[in-house]
Amino acid sequence: MIDKYIIMLTAVMAVVTLLLRAMPFILFDHGERTPKWITYLGKVLPPAIMSMLLVFCLRNISIFEGTHGIPELICVAVAMILHGWKRNTLLSIGTSTILYMIIVQNL
Amino acid sequence: MRQIIKQVFPKTIPVLAGYLSLGIGFGLLLQSIGYGPGWAFIMSLFIYAGSAQFLAVELLAAGATLVQVALLTFLINFRHLFYGLSMIEKYKGMGIRKFYLVFGLTDETYALLTGYKTPENMSDKTFYFAITVMHHCYWICGSVIGAVAGSLIPFDTTGIDFVMTALFAVLVVEQWKSDKKHLPALMGFAITIAALIIFGADNFLIPTLIAMSVVLLCMKDFLSREEIDDR
Repeated sequence: MIDKYIIMLTAVMAVVTLLLRAMPFILFDHGERTPKWITYLGKVLPPAIMSMLLVFCLRNISIFEGTHGIPELICVAVAMILHGWKRNTLLSIGTSTILYMIIVQNL
Repeated sequence: MRQIIKQVFPKTIPVLAGYLSLGIGFGLLLQSIGYGPGWAFIMSLFIYAGSAQFLAVELLAAGATLVQVALLTFLINFRHLFYGLSMIEKYKGMGIRKFYLVFGLTDETYALLTGYKTPENMSDKTFYFAITVMHHCYWICGSVIGAVAGSLIPFDTTGIDFVMTALFAVLVVEQWKSDKKHLPALMGFAITIAALIIFGADNFLIPTLIAMSVVLLCMKDFLSREEIDDR
């Protein structure tokens, strides 16, 4: 009984997620011609969405309580400055993440 | 094969760290409500969506109806609806592998595939497929490890989830350096932050995505005037 429930839940979740991911292809991916405005949107959306995902990761920090989001902002700044300077992905991400872990584990 | 792993694997290391730690968190949580590694494996294999799977644990524990499950999954994963728009051209001519690529289009896979160029002397197809498969494996491994042995991890991992934030921060910089026009990135920040303030942390993604698309479409003539960097 319980097994059946988790199987159904997994199936529903998998299908809804897959449909969302597949929808642009179902709607606009027919043969050679993709509508111009879709191609355009596809090209300009990634930088905007990258900004959105960064903010999304930080959505739960509260500016007025606790640490005021200062550790997060410092470490994001470290990642971005380091990356702008050296452009070495592992260095930027590794340094900022380890720094963040040290800060939050010792507060 | 070895060449592929050598060139692609380093690009996926941040996601490896992020998916393993998040996956372990998911596996642990699922274990805590009485479902073992087999279920973690099945869910990660077929659903393959982090935030939805964390929600699934709550829904399982609460005994939610399947209609509720469908509705909440739709809302939480609505953002994926926009990712395919950037991949229609990229995935043309992928043949049968396209089904898997579309299935595996997570936040992180989308971010890597739009943020990085294909390494030299490798075909786009190979690069897209390799990244997608590797990410999927990391996620499955993480969740199974979490369900089997998550509580045995000997060191304090608090804060390791920041690796995903750092990944997106780095990719924002990568995009910035390769784009000729910075308006989409800046507008992305402005709209997202405005929507976060107006709608709150739980409900801002859908308004953000709709607003961004509308604004970008309105700026079409302006932004198309110079050719947008062709990746």
